[in-house]
Amino acid sequence: MLEQIEGSKAMARVIALCRPQVICAYPITPQTHIVEGLGDLVREGALQNCEFINVESEFAALSVAIGSSAAGARSYTATASQGLLFMAEAVYNAAGLGLPIVMTLGNRAIGAPINIWNDHSDAMALRESGWFQLFAETNQEAADLHVIAFRLAEELSVPVMVCVDGFVLTHAMERVDIPTQQQVDAYLPPYEPVQVLDPADPISIGAMVGPDAFTEVRYLQYYKQQTAFDLIEDLAAEFSESFGRASGGLLRDYHCGDAELAVVAMGSVNGTIKDVIDELRAEGMSIGLVTLVTFRPFPTRALQQVLAGAKHVLVIDRSLDPGMGGPLASNVDLALRNLLSPPAIHSAIAGLGGRPITKASLHRLFMQAMEKPWEGPNFVDLNEKVVGRELHRRARARRSGPAAENVLKILETERAAAFQARIETAE
Amino acid sequence: MIQVRIHGRGGQGVVTAAEMLSVAAFLEGRHAQAFPSFGSERTGAPVVAFCRIGDREIRLREPVQNPDILIVQDATLFKALDVLEGLSKDGFLLVNTARGFSDIHLDAVVARIPAGHAQAVPATELALAHISRPAPNTALLGAFTALTDIVTLDSVIAAIHRTFPGKLGEANERAARAAHDLVSSHIAAGKDTADA
Repeated sequence: MLEQIEGSKAMARVIALCRPQVICAYPITPQTHIVEGLGDLVREGALQNCEFINVESEFAALSVAIGSSAAGARSYTATASQGLLFMAEAVYNAAGLGLPIVMTLGNRAIGAPINIWNDHSDAMALRESGWFQLFAETNQEAADLHVIAFRLAEELSVPVMVCVDGFVLTHAMERVDIPTQQQVDAYLPPYEPVQVLDPADPISIGAMVGPDAFTEVRYLQYYKQQTAFDLIEDLAAEFSESFGRASGGLLRDYHCGDAELAVVAMGSVNGTIKDVIDELRAEGMSIGLVTLVTFRPFPTRALQQVLAGAKHVLVIDRSLDPGMGGPLASNVDLALRNLLSPPAIHSAIAGLGGRPITKASLHRLFMQAMEKPWEGPNFVDLNEKVVGRELHRRARARRSGPAAENVLKILETERAAAFQARIETAE
Repeated sequence: MIQVRIHGRGGQGVVTAAEMLSVAAFLEGRHAQAFPSFGSERTGAPVVAFCRIGDREIRLREPVQNPDILIVQDATLFKALDVLEGLSKDGFLLVNTARGFSDIHLDAVVARIPAGHAQAVPATELALAHISRPAPNTALLGAFTALTDIVTLDSVIAAIHRTFPGKLGEANERAARAAHDLVSSHIAAGKDTADA
């Protein structure tokens, strides 16, 4: 049924319809409303046969989920940002053990500097952990991806992370079609583990593996990911047939067929990009968009196919590897560079730490990619004046102080001047 | 697509106002999106929330930069920040104040938008009278339905009851109706405040 609902609440409702048997809850902004919502549903009795466990940390959240998943229970948790880093060791373990846990990541920046707002730094920090990573464009997709994620996780016995832009989606209220229990049950059968800790049939899970077998175990992990692409597409097709809307899959193509310039992006920014693309196409610009839904495993062949005709590919990263640039751009570059006539890759870093990505900025960026392409990462809307002043300060004094505090001081001075001007105008 | 920006302070129900407005539009079968400005919300700190209403799926996720309607829940904000930034020249302005626009130095702003597009409403006083709490959000939404025809008063009242069940909902409904009627009477009399 269509409802006007906050993204987090919609996700909680749909996760509950997936009948998780263990939920490990620990609060961290901006994910908290999801586990709070699930807690309400368990308390009200809407979600039955579920252990809702208030754990003492993120490390405990995922450790408990590992235990319950190994014991054969459908297990769920959610986190964000520093919370994901705090559970990092368990994140790798869940993947290495092949346990089908589903975790929502309310995407948020990682400190320092401390920042509670949205970007993809957390997901990117653990992109090599072996989890599948799916990125939601809307709250409808955020809700839907959880149904797909449980099915995918359990078919392959892999953990799946559903990445949802913090605040921009988690705290936004929009219409979401909440499916019925029957619809979800028909799509998602009860969990049948490929490995389970069962006293009646004892095994051990988590062997120490030496140099003689480590590569092989790792290769099997790689093999499972590299052979998952068809399944991910099939599950999206089946979802669309059962639920009557498109969610999930490897990627979505928006006008790439004839496009000279193709943009590649993940998450909620895709909506804004589509609005800009509609305007630019109306002005005659040859531009399209690839919305990457599945980031891990990285759909190299699907990208090669959809981008084969593009002359320019502009990759928008919502995170920064300070020693390299945009991680998504690097991945796209690697996927495309052996094409017979590979497109030029342009990298843009946008929306770090919650900075809004506006239509006006994207408009400028896309025009620039066609008319005046750049080398290296382009920092969208970088305040060059502030950066310049701080670089100048560093050049002048050895003890120039902490960067974050210095930048805030410069901005504070500017704001105070604007405030004074407003007061004087008002009087 | 209609874009609304609501300014207020933490504790005044700014985010809830945007959400209720989106529910009202949803109940009329329209697409609507409401979201906060994502600050660390503290009582008294400036808060901004946004609402977009349209007849097609709303894909745009940027904050509302050029509002068609600006609702200001706390008139002291005009000095603290550039509340009016981006207000479209055909825009509407709804301010919670018991004073006139000239008393709060907004004459020039009111003159920039079409006649009849600005209204000053004593929403805090109405809220105190009807809800016994200084929460001006529902009164302003009631006033909003008198100033514009984007959503009906009935839809806003239905949204209020979804947010505040029981007696609290009824009290908020009274505040919304009172503000709606007050603004309707201002408009009928060609005024923009209670005193002018």
